[in-house]
Amino acid sequence: MESYKFMFKDWHQILRSFGISVYLAVVGTAISLVVMALYAYPISRSDFPHKNFFSFFMFFTMLFNGGLVPWYLVYTQMLDLKNTLAALMIPLLVSAFYVLLLRTFFANSIPMALIEAAKIDGAGEIRTFSQIILPLSLPVLASVALFQVLNYWNDWFLSLVFISGSKNINLQFMMYKTMLDIQFLSSNVQASQGLAAAGGVLKLPTETVRMAMAVLGIGPIVFAYPFFQKYFKKGLMVGAVKG
Amino acid sequence: MSETANIASTSGSRVKTSSAVRTKPSFLWVLRKYWIFYVMMAPAAIILLINNYIPMLGVLIAFKNVNYTKGIIASPWVGFANFKYLFSSEAAWVITRNTISYNVVFIILNLIIPVAFAIMFNEMRSKLLSKFHQSTMFLPFFLSMVCVAYLVYAFLGSEHGFVNTVLFPMLGINPIDWYTEPKYWTVILPIVNTWKNIGYYTVIYMAAIIGIDGEYYEAALIDGASKWQQVKNITLPLIMPVIITMTLLQVGRIFYADFGLFFQVTKNAGALFPTTQVIDTYVYQTFLTMGDIGMSSAAGLYQAVVGFILVLLSNLLVRKVSKDNALF
Repeated sequence: MESYKFMFKDWHQILRSFGISVYLAVVGTAISLVVMALYAYPISRSDFPHKNFFSFFMFFTMLFNGGLVPWYLVYTQMLDLKNTLAALMIPLLVSAFYVLLLRTFFANSIPMALIEAAKIDGAGEIRTFSQIILPLSLPVLASVALFQVLNYWNDWFLSLVFISGSKNINLQFMMYKTMLDIQFLSSNVQASQGLAAAGGVLKLPTETVRMAMAVLGIGPIVFAYPFFQKYFKKGLMVGAVKG
Repeated sequence: MSETANIASTSGSRVKTSSAVRTKPSFLWVLRKYWIFYVMMAPAAIILLINNYIPMLGVLIAFKNVNYTKGIIASPWVGFANFKYLFSSEAAWVITRNTISYNVVFIILNLIIPVAFAIMFNEMRSKLLSKFHQSTMFLPFFLSMVCVAYLVYAFLGSEHGFVNTVLFPMLGINPIDWYTEPKYWTVILPIVNTWKNIGYYTVIYMAAIIGIDGEYYEAALIDGASKWQQVKNITLPLIMPVIITMTLLQVGRIFYADFGLFFQVTKNAGALFPTTQVIDTYVYQTFLTMGDIGMSSAAGLYQAVVGFILVLLSNLLVRKVSKDNALF
C-alpha cells in the first residue's frame, strides 16, 4: 500500500511537471512570437526615422549583460516573482537574435511597394502588419516558433534559479532533481543506511517512473524532430544577422 | 541614412526642400507620425528593460558590500574591494584558465570535425544515406543538458555505468570512479560538447559547400584533379569566410562557458572543480549556494566586461574577413 502511495505521488508530480512544460512551451512561444514580431516590424521599416536607435537598443543586449546577480535580484526583489510560472516564462520571451532575424526577413523579403499599396488602400499600420506582413512571413515565424518551443521545453536553468520546492517545476528540472536524489543515495551508503535506521523509507522513484520521465522529457522532441528538421535548418541558415 | 519619408509625407509641418538639403525630422514630429510603432514596440521594450537593462545598472552591486538588512540601495560602497578579494583568491585564476582553455579546445574541435563531416556528406553518393547521417548527428543538438547528463551518467556512473560494468571488465581494466577524478574531464567534456554541437556546425558548413558553383568542380575534373586536390583547392578556400566567421563568433564568446555543460554533465561535483569550475558556474555557486553577493557580482562583472571587449574585437576581425557576416 505504502509503495502505491509513493508511486501515485510520483505520477502526480510527473503529470504536473509535464503540464507545466507544455503550458510554458505553448503559451510562452505564442506570447514571445507576438512580442518579438511587433518589435521587429517597426525596425524593419526603412522609413521609420528611429529604427537605428531601436535596433541598437535590441542589439546591445547581445553584447553586454549585467550578470547573474543583478538579474536574479530584479526578478526576486523588484518583481517578487520567486516560485511563479512567470519567472519561468518572462526571461525567455525576447531574444535579440530572433528579433534581428525577423527584422532581416521583414526588410528583405517584403517589398516596400506592398506596404505602400496597403497604405493607399487605407489600411492602418496594425492592419498592414497583421494581414500582409505576418502571412507573408510564415517560414521565418515557423522557424523562430520551433526554436522557442525547444528553448522553453529544454529549459531547466530558470527552475534551478527561481523555484524552490516542487510545486512549479517543469519536467526537465524534475528529471534533474530525481537524478540528484538517485546519485546521493547510491553514492552515500551511510546516508541511506542512516535513513533506514531512523525508520525512514528510501524514497526513490521506481525504474518505471524514471523511464517514463525520460521518455516524456525527450519524447516530444524526438517525435517532432523529423517533421520539423527542415525548418530548423532553415532557421539556422538565416543566421546572417546584420545590424 | 534615413530615407526622406518626410518628403513623401503629406504632413503640413514639413517644408518641402527642392534641393538635396535634408532636414532631420524633429522628434515630436516622428512621434506623432509613427506613434503606432512605439505602441507596437512597447511590450518587447519593457521586457528588455526588466531582463537586460535594469540588471546592467545592477552591476554597481559589485562595488558594494551588500547587506540584506539595510537593503541593497543603502548598503555601503566599498570600491574595488570585492575585486581585490576575488583576484587574490586561487579561484579567479582557475576559473579563467578553465573557461578559456576549454573554449579554445571546443573551438578547434567545432572547426575541424564538422568541416570534415560536411565535406564527407557532400561527397556521399547516396543522398538518402547522407540525409540519415545528418539527422542522427543533428539530434543531440535538440536534447537538453539534463538529458545529456543522464546519458553521460549512464556511461560513467560508478555503480551501473556502462564503462565500469561492461566495457572495462571486458578489457580487463579496473573500474574508475569518474565523478571524483578531475583529470579525466579535460577529455570527457570536449567529447560531450563536440557530440552535442557537431550537427549544428555541420549543417552550417554544408550549406556553405552547397552554395559553391558546380562549374569549379567540372573544370577541376577536366584538369584531372583528384578528390583531395578539389577539396584543398576549391572547397576549403571557398568556404573559408564561413569558417573564419563561425570561429571568430565563438572567439567572441570565449569568456562565456556553456553553463549547462559544466553544471549538469559534471553533476556539479565538488571533487571535479579544479578542472570543471568555469566562470559561469563559479558565479552561480558563490551567489546561490554560498550567498556571497560581493564575490559573485564581481566575477560576473569581470566576465561581462572582458566578454564585451572580446566580442568587439572579434567582430572587428569578422568585418575584415567578410562584411556580410559581421554582427555590426
